[in-house]
Amino acid sequence: MNGAKIRQHIAFSVLGLLTLAIVVPILLVIVYIVVNGAGAVTWEFLTAAPRQGMKAGGIFPAIVGTILLVVGTMLFSLPLGVLSAVYLVEYAHDNLFTRMIKLSVVNLSGIPSIVYGLFGFTMFVILLHFGTSILAGSLTLGIMSLPVIITASKEALESVPSTYREISLSLGATKWQTVRYCVLPYAIPGILTGTVLSLSRAAGETAPILFTVAAFYLPRLPRSIFDQVMALPYHLYVISTQVPNIPLELSFATALVLVALVFLMNLVSIFLRAHYRKKRQW
Amino acid sequence: MVSEPIIQTADLNCYFGSLQVLKGINLEVRRNEILGVIGPSNSGKTTFLRALNRLNYLVRTYSQTGTILLGGQDLGTIRDNLLRKKIGIIFALPQVLPVTIFENIAYGPKVHGITSREKVDWIVEEALKRAYLWEEVKDRLNQPAVKLSGGQQQRLCIARTLAVGPEVILYDEPCSGLDPISTAKVEDAMQQLKVDYTQILVTNNTKQASRVSERCAFFLMGELVELGPTDQLFTKPKDKRTDDYITGRFG
Repeated sequence: MNGAKIRQHIAFSVLGLLTLAIVVPILLVIVYIVVNGAGAVTWEFLTAAPRQGMKAGGIFPAIVGTILLVVGTMLFSLPLGVLSAVYLVEYAHDNLFTRMIKLSVVNLSGIPSIVYGLFGFTMFVILLHFGTSILAGSLTLGIMSLPVIITASKEALESVPSTYREISLSLGATKWQTVRYCVLPYAIPGILTGTVLSLSRAAGETAPILFTVAAFYLPRLPRSIFDQVMALPYHLYVISTQVPNIPLELSFATALVLVALVFLMNLVSIFLRAHYRKKRQW
Repeated sequence: MVSEPIIQTADLNCYFGSLQVLKGINLEVRRNEILGVIGPSNSGKTTFLRALNRLNYLVRTYSQTGTILLGGQDLGTIRDNLLRKKIGIIFALPQVLPVTIFENIAYGPKVHGITSREKVDWIVEEALKRAYLWEEVKDRLNQPAVKLSGGQQQRLCIARTLAVGPEVILYDEPCSGLDPISTAKVEDAMQQLKVDYTQILVTNNTKQASRVSERCAFFLMGELVELGPTDQLFTKPKDKRTDDYITGRFG
């Protein structure tokens, strides 16, 4: 072996080790949660309401609450985010106004989640009289998710070759038809990735739902969007720190369910992405 | 036979930002002719072509003065999408959408509101036949269009343009990426299309212009130097600059 080959070998090994260093913590966290929590994840744990001051029973209301919040968040942030991105990429001229919008998007993504929580509390809970409710929580999480969805959608739209737009316009399609048929379909995989990323984050956030929706202990299911719900991250926080003498196993089991839920969302997005990629090869 | 003009430009000036790309172009295109447009790179040929269906306006710094009439009507008064339905364009490199052969051609009729499956089927078949592609692709209409060869893709682009029912077809150096046999097929298709369409062919290949066009325009540095019957332009050019270009002294 000559010098160049040895150097290449060393470089590849270092790069490989660095990559491994990213995977290891994730694996450790998952293994740790599974080892400590898997024992407590029973059918009853998944489908029953908590009992005896959350020391027994299950976390069904919290699972339902988190799913409702994720769906609500998506309903608010996905259309708004994608349409904003379409406006910024396809329609907006480069002027002070659009530069201000872009700057706001960047700044929004830097705001701590507790600030979103306080904003949501004053805006939706108090000012708009939604009360602590699924509606207020979803809106708050939705605003928090917007920057990531907008940024990812923008990048996805910008990566669609401009020749597609030119072909479509040259055939006499209107601007909107062009966006609808020749741009958006090719941007869907990228949009999906960004959406799931931000929804995963929304599913795991505690601070934004703290004052806007999360219930400390509410063993029944919500009846309308103006009801409070329990949510997995907040429940985890409560049983880990706020209520004494709760078996540690329950905390880990709750964490495991939350991680599994997020993983499931990612899995669905991977399948959707593969589906769309297969339909449109480019 | 001299037929009526379908397109007339009067004192057409085109600018990208402060750069003037076309200078005072006065020109008539006759119905059902093939008009060749030749000239070296950067002479404004493509800008002229794209001024006719207002594609230049996709560039935000673009502006133009003067008038362009289509069938006597000012282009500025026609909505862009209706104008581009009437004036189709074939780009330099074959540009197909990453969908099937069928969907590529059905797209135009779809955006113009034709939804009946039977009608679309008929339009697609008719367009492919007129572009001399039907025999080669009739058994694989549902395959991705990108799998076709370059020459086939370019004829697919012609079929796609025909499918929206244009009056004028613009070609922007349509054969620059094609081999001689594919080029011949595209030129054959153009000859057959003369019956129903007015065609304008921008080309860097002076031989192609002499083979295909009836009249020919020579552009240089944004000016229309000479316009005349192709035979005459190539054998007895009136302007010395035209003579220099076609005999290969520059360009």
